[in-house]
Amino acid sequence: MRLTNRAKPVDRSPMNFMERLYLPAIMKGMGITFSHIFRKKATINYPEQTRPFSPVFRGIQVLNRDEEGRERCTACGLCALACPAEAITMEAAERQPGEENLYREEKYAAKYEINMLRCIFCGFCEEACPKDAIYLSETFAPANYQRKGFIYSKNELLIPNPKTDPEGYAKAKRSNI
Amino acid sequence: MELLSIDWAFLLEKAILISGIIGVSLLIAMYSTYAERKIAAVIQDRRGPNRAGPFGILQPLADGVKLFMKEEIIPNTSNRLLFIIGPAMAMLTAMMTSAVIPWGSTIEVAGRTVELQIADINIGVLYIFGVVSMGVYGMMIGGWSSNNKFSLMAALRGASQVISYELPMGLSFIALLMLTGSLSMKTIVEQQMDAGMWNVVYQPLGFLIFLICAFAECNRAPFDLPEAESELNMGYHQEYSSMKLGFYLFAEYINMFISSAIIATLYFGGYDMPFVDESTLSPNTAALLGAIALFAKIAFFIFFFMWVRWTIPRFRYDQLMNLGWKKLIPLALVNMVITALVILWLNK
Repeated sequence: MRLTNRAKPVDRSPMNFMERLYLPAIMKGMGITFSHIFRKKATINYPEQTRPFSPVFRGIQVLNRDEEGRERCTACGLCALACPAEAITMEAAERQPGEENLYREEKYAAKYEINMLRCIFCGFCEEACPKDAIYLSETFAPANYQRKGFIYSKNELLIPNPKTDPEGYAKAKRSNI
Repeated sequence: MELLSIDWAFLLEKAILISGIIGVSLLIAMYSTYAERKIAAVIQDRRGPNRAGPFGILQPLADGVKLFMKEEIIPNTSNRLLFIIGPAMAMLTAMMTSAVIPWGSTIEVAGRTVELQIADINIGVLYIFGVVSMGVYGMMIGGWSSNNKFSLMAALRGASQVISYELPMGLSFIALLMLTGSLSMKTIVEQQMDAGMWNVVYQPLGFLIFLICAFAECNRAPFDLPEAESELNMGYHQEYSSMKLGFYLFAEYINMFISSAIIATLYFGGYDMPFVDESTLSPNTAALLGAIALFAKIAFFIFFFMWVRWTIPRFRYDQLMNLGWKKLIPLALVNMVITALVILWLNK
């Protein structure tokens, strides 16, 4: 019974003289390898050139700010709850009077850490967040020499302030689709 | 008194020539490693080393520094003296062969006629065969003194391979010898220049056998069983590290360079430029252009060695021995008899 027409019977006839010489086959092989010298290279010069990621790529997380540069996160803990790898920890704090330009709501995350060695980049935190405070960007966690270097705190995660550093903000936004 | 006088200019000229050729051999061997990696890369649609310097041309230096910096391990149970002699022997025999290769015709410097050949001895090719068969000692001593059964077995494999392929190589050369009637490398080149026809035209089969045997003698793919890294435990230099390992690897590349030079000299006219009449040029220009022509031929053969390496898979050991003893030796004998008959028939 044949399922497809792609099956080829194996040729088991003994090799003739030309085939037993092997030289024509070797020449053919050398021709093939020689033609590959002029092919387009499959590799790219990585740090200078990068391949574009697909639009749905999920890289490291970014904590977002609103247009006035206030942190959006309210430390509700939904992202930590949604996280299947239990990579996210946070500590909440109450906004003091005079800090309205720093935090959007009355409650904010005093400490917010993601362990990049635990994170599986599933994007559930982004889906769980009711305040649009966390996004997965198009960059990935760079290498590090120590385990503790992979525990990203707010310093590493927060997007630059659009008021004080508009260029950095725009750059982060571009890699933050 | 006349007998005892020393020709200082002669000594100086030879010393310069020897150091020059050793320098060039080392340089070419160094850049052969770079070329090998680059050619392997382009054949496999990759880019190859391109980080150290422009186009990665400083890569051999980086590799050399890396090898020097590595920890040097001499196993406790090894024979220390022989363990050190092994790589030195491999390097020495690789270097010695270049003595009889004519790198160009004569040049004139300050009224002296200088031959671009270290020694034009009348047994040039025999000398090469002698030194090449000594090359197996480097491998044998290295493998044996490591006191490791894998190294020893690999050394035995390598030794039997080199000895087996020396026979067809010698036989294919005998046919060439019947044509030239001389063992001197210089005479062989000059005959090809005078005839205007390279020996490969008269000896295509002999050339093919010689080429295959040259691959086997250099332990190059497809005959690189003595140094099959993963499947045969890396071969005779398994216990070696640092620059001792570097010497073995380096000796292989020097051997490749010298083999290319020998093939170019014996079968492709040496420093003969095709389609150019050397007598119309001034001697110095002719010698210089001739040397460039020789190096172009050598470069082509080095490329050919690498090209074959990245095309053909490795032989199995029994296939290797079958090819050597059952195919190449009878073929070389037939080639010899046919050449002899043709020469007899033409001279009757």
